Amino acid sequence: MEKLISIASKMAISRNRNCQNIENVDSINGKSKGKSFIENFMKYIFTICGFVAVASVAAITIYMIISGVPAIFKVGLGEMLFGTVWAPTASNPSFGIAYIILTSIIGTLFSIIIGVPIGLLTAVFLSEVASKNVAKFVKPAVELLAGIPSIVYGILGLLIINPLMGKIEASLFANSTTHIMNGGANFISAILVLAIMILPTVINSSETALRAVPTHIRQASLALGATPTQTIFKVTIPAAKSGIITAIVLGIGRAVGEAMAIVLVSGNAVNIPLPFNSVRFLTTGIVSEMSYASGLHREALFTIGLVLFIFIMAINIIINKILKGGGKVER
Amino acid sequence: MKKTIKLILSSVLAMVMLSGCGVGAENDVITMSGSTSMEKLCNTLKEEYMNKTGVEIDVQFTGSGAGVQAVSEGVVDIGNASRALKEEEKQKGIVENVVALDGIGLIVDKNNSIEDISKENLSKIFKGEVKNWSEVGGENLPIIVIGREAASGTRGAFEEILGVEDECLYAQEINSTGAVMAKVASTPGAIGYVSLDVIDESVKTLKVDGVEASAENIKNGSYSVQRPFVMATKGEVSEQSETVKEFFNYLDSEEGQQIITMVGLVSTK
Repeated sequence: MEKLISIASKMAISRNRNCQNIENVDSINGKSKGKSFIENFMKYIFTICGFVAVASVAAITIYMIISGVPAIFKVGLGEMLFGTVWAPTASNPSFGIAYIILTSIIGTLFSIIIGVPIGLLTAVFLSEVASKNVAKFVKPAVELLAGIPSIVYGILGLLIINPLMGKIEASLFANSTTHIMNGGANFISAILVLAIMILPTVINSSETALRAVPTHIRQASLALGATPTQTIFKVTIPAAKSGIITAIVLGIGRAVGEAMAIVLVSGNAVNIPLPFNSVRFLTTGIVSEMSYASGLHREALFTIGLVLFIFIMAINIIINKILKGGGKVER
Repeated sequence: MKKTIKLILSSVLAMVMLSGCGVGAENDVITMSGSTSMEKLCNTLKEEYMNKTGVEIDVQFTGSGAGVQAVSEGVVDIGNASRALKEEEKQKGIVENVVALDGIGLIVDKNNSIEDISKENLSKIFKGEVKNWSEVGGENLPIIVIGREAASGTRGAFEEILGVEDECLYAQEINSTGAVMAKVASTPGAIGYVSLDVIDESVKTLKVDGVEASAENIKNGSYSVQRPFVMATKGEVSEQSETVKEFFNYLDSEEGQQIITMVGLVSTK
């Protein structure tokens, strides 16, 4: 029976191709009235779905600007971006977010410095070195890492990294009179958590880039007498450069926007981003204070959101530039 | 037949609606404004009181000072203050009706040997002047000061009671009571503050000036990290309108007291 159906459908398709005048063909081509209605209807559905995404982006952009800008005018742009004192509820309130911005930038930078080499070398391992059986084991592990919710990373940081940092801090600053002890909830903890969190992003995209490098390039390098390691660093990685840069930028995006994991480990007091200081990121600033904030304080939190939004937008524009440029090189 | 049923139904409906209007017109609205810390209490009261009596409470959260100001000008019926009234406020004829007490417990991790701390040392610790437990009679262990985020009611209350507003140096700012408890429980040398009603076995509660933090000690005034929630009126409650009097009666009733304990406060009775 099934065979019969499949034969029939094959016949229908071949007829369709030959444009023979049979009733069935009409329905497949969408010429009958009922079908053409469905076709048109679906076209509108597709269009509407497409616009939902565009409308959301537009709405978010407009909303962020409308709600983020008033505080800038009330506080003053310079005072806000370059002020270092964040005391929104003081009797003489102050809304300086310089340390918060700096924390986000430096934190992201260092998490990239730690995370990218590990991620890239893992990608090299997966695509160049590992035997199929080993790769079969490592690859799912990396994919699993990508699927773990960020709050879980935070809890692990809280339970493992924080106590460790607390011990190091206690011995380093035992005689310090200026350091505020924070029990290990510090900048380093946050950076370490971020570095682990960006691993899957970096590994997956750079592995794809490395696999896309044609085999004949590697073979040519080996044939010229280069060792496999020389080939990897001098030939394969440079050939996959644009893909790897995209991976790094995607990692930056992930690190800048992360909130839930680091709110648990960073201590969340506004300080200069020094390694053992308790620090606050742009994201955690919003997360931790939004619930009770009101008035100008709330507006200032939206301004922090706007700053973050501008960061993310800038990163996206960079990704697009790289992707376009990379495309040209490869062609 | 059908028509008569419809007629009866619609007339019943109309009567119900009309009688509803009548009740609404008879009742006043109670207006109050003041302390933001009393938001939870006031909103819960507002809802329960509306359900029970149909009297609406119009409440705004403008701050204790502004609330007392408003009641003295006669703009509102009740001025909410999360502190005792000042002498000059009382001289304007404002009466301090303490409806509830708000107590804050100081917690440390269980392995900390310290049991008791003076209020003075507390403010030194939170201002960052004292950095090691050995300076206040404990073991040699750095103090890790854990607080709540800006705009938290508990933080506002605590800093106000200790008189250390805007002076605290926190090592960590955490955005929920539960998280403060967890953090203090897991961090050796940590100290934090939470509402008294949520404290459990995972942490150790400190005595302040030798007095244990308990509802009993808050009521008799010996535990000092507390503040009154005042619903101030212009003149005695007995001089107020019937609606306001009834509201205060409701607060005194068992139901009213239940609400007070439900929102984590200590009743004055």
